[in-house]
Amino acid sequence: MTGNRRKKAEKTMKSLFFIIATASVAVLGMIMIFLFMEGLPIFKEVSVKNFLFGKYWYPTSDPPDFGIFPLIIASISVTGVSAVMAIPLGVMTAVYLAELASKRVAEIVKPMVELLAALPSVVIGFFGMVVVAPFLQDIFDMPTGLNLFNASLMLAFMSIPTICSISEDAIYSVPNALREGSLALGATQWETIIRVVLPASISGISTAVILGMSRAIGETMVVLMVAGGAAMIPGSIFDPVRPMPASIAAEMAEAPFRGEHYYALFATGIVLFLFTLFFNVIADFISNRYRQVGEASL
Amino acid sequence: MDITQDEYQDEYPEKEQKATGKAAPEKTVKARYGIQEAATRLQTRRAAKQRMIFFFFRGAAIINGLALFIIVFFMVKNGISAISWEFLTQVPRSSMTQGGILPCIIGTLYLSVGAILVALPIGVASAIYLNEYARPGKVIRIIRLGINNLAGVPSVVFGLFGLAFFVIYLKMGVSILAGALTLAAMSLPVIIGATEEALKSVPDTYREASLGLGATKWQTIYRVVVPAALPGILTGSILGISRAAGETAPIMFTAAVFYTPKLPDSIFDEIMALPYHIYVLATAGTDIEATRPLQYGTALVLIALVLGMNLIAIVWRSRLRKKLK
Repeated sequence: MTGNRRKKAEKTMKSLFFIIATASVAVLGMIMIFLFMEGLPIFKEVSVKNFLFGKYWYPTSDPPDFGIFPLIIASISVTGVSAVMAIPLGVMTAVYLAELASKRVAEIVKPMVELLAALPSVVIGFFGMVVVAPFLQDIFDMPTGLNLFNASLMLAFMSIPTICSISEDAIYSVPNALREGSLALGATQWETIIRVVLPASISGISTAVILGMSRAIGETMVVLMVAGGAAMIPGSIFDPVRPMPASIAAEMAEAPFRGEHYYALFATGIVLFLFTLFFNVIADFISNRYRQVGEASL
Repeated sequence: MDITQDEYQDEYPEKEQKATGKAAPEKTVKARYGIQEAATRLQTRRAAKQRMIFFFFRGAAIINGLALFIIVFFMVKNGISAISWEFLTQVPRSSMTQGGILPCIIGTLYLSVGAILVALPIGVASAIYLNEYARPGKVIRIIRLGINNLAGVPSVVFGLFGLAFFVIYLKMGVSILAGALTLAAMSLPVIIGATEEALKSVPDTYREASLGLGATKWQTIYRVVVPAALPGILTGSILGISRAAGETAPIMFTAAVFYTPKLPDSIFDEIMALPYHIYVLATAGTDIEATRPLQYGTALVLIALVLGMNLIAIVWRSRLRKKLK
């Protein structure tokens, strides 16, 4: 009798926890539903092709132009330039922490990287605006310090912690037998790292890089405050740009409720969401498909 | 290795060190030394190369530390003069060019604590299911994929979602409630991740002992596993709060306003918040240059709040790890 009741209670608990565990999936689903609900109406006015590849974003002029191509290019170039800075720095820091640093040094550097990740994006944006921008303007004699390069630099330091900590985990989980084998054959520590350790952890490092870039492309406050805000296709890395998140954040407050502009901003949100979804699915695929299984992964 | 190199260099003069690795292995004594010389030289070169490369690696780590230091340094240097008792305890005056930031501090506290109150139970329960109940399979794959992708959703998209769902569809209006719920959705993956890590660090022997004594799975979880994992879960939630406190984009459309003279008295009130206040003052204030000190001051308060919470969590966690070992 009591046994039965206990079993029943157990089953109830298990299904309760299961239901709660699906909350994340539910939230993700809701995000998609509401983005599409509020974003798709714009395609009654503009074709998908003109929206994605239209070169002019003048949402408030008459008649308005809703082409987000300059915004997409801005997002991609800001992310690309930041990746060029963040990948070497992030991966090298990870290698340093996992392979070279003494325990005591690692215990100081690791929290630093974590604190760098914890800095609110608005503070980094503010820093880029009031410290880095005037500095760039003076040094390189530019018309404005608020540009693609500055935004990329700030974004780089936001994605480094992501890249670094995930890469470090991957490097850390390479079995020691591999290192010992390489060293025993007469390789130096550096040769062991570049020929053995990094190839063995490459799937984890790729995941780290993709997630870091995904963080950079979705980051809002930095590009809103630092990128300069001109909705043009950039000609050089010192041109001001207006990436997708900046456009959404800056214009949402002024867009008339459920007007064309409002729908267009939600549709931009869909594009941005699909970009990050794509990055994340790829990262997930890599980390599952090329799972690190010790010696077998070589 | 270095010692042998030095010994060789001491023993043999310059001339003989010019031998290369390609020297034919003649049986003469001199040639044999030549090969050894070449090997040592190669080793010296490899060691030098390694030293140089490792120098760069160290440099990369230093750059990260430096970046953190520089940002904090500028905020402290320019913001410390703005900080006063008045700044922390008064409401803004004269179109936000004077006075304090009390409403922003209170707003940020309400939003982040509200977010965690919602996200913590859901996140902990999700993690318990994933770590204690679930068997590997398709369902788990989907839930994990959902969590990973939720973690990757851009903050501004959370803002759009909050606007469309909480503010408009559920008719909450621009309010503390809508903002806190949006932030809760955003911090869910952080809490789940931290809780899972905490649960994983509880040794299986604990569970086996409890089950062996006749406890059911649920009894084992809430009497044994969760208490053992509690400190880890709490550190995770501190990190969650600090992240929610620093976010701007999700609350821009859902909770925060430029200026509201009164402090909130219900969860349906709109609110001021520290991150949004910095953004507004720095980009759209009435007199951007004149309010610079206020901007730095607000940024400093936000940094102190966020980094303070993080430091507590990090120190606490490293103590915990040591204890577990």
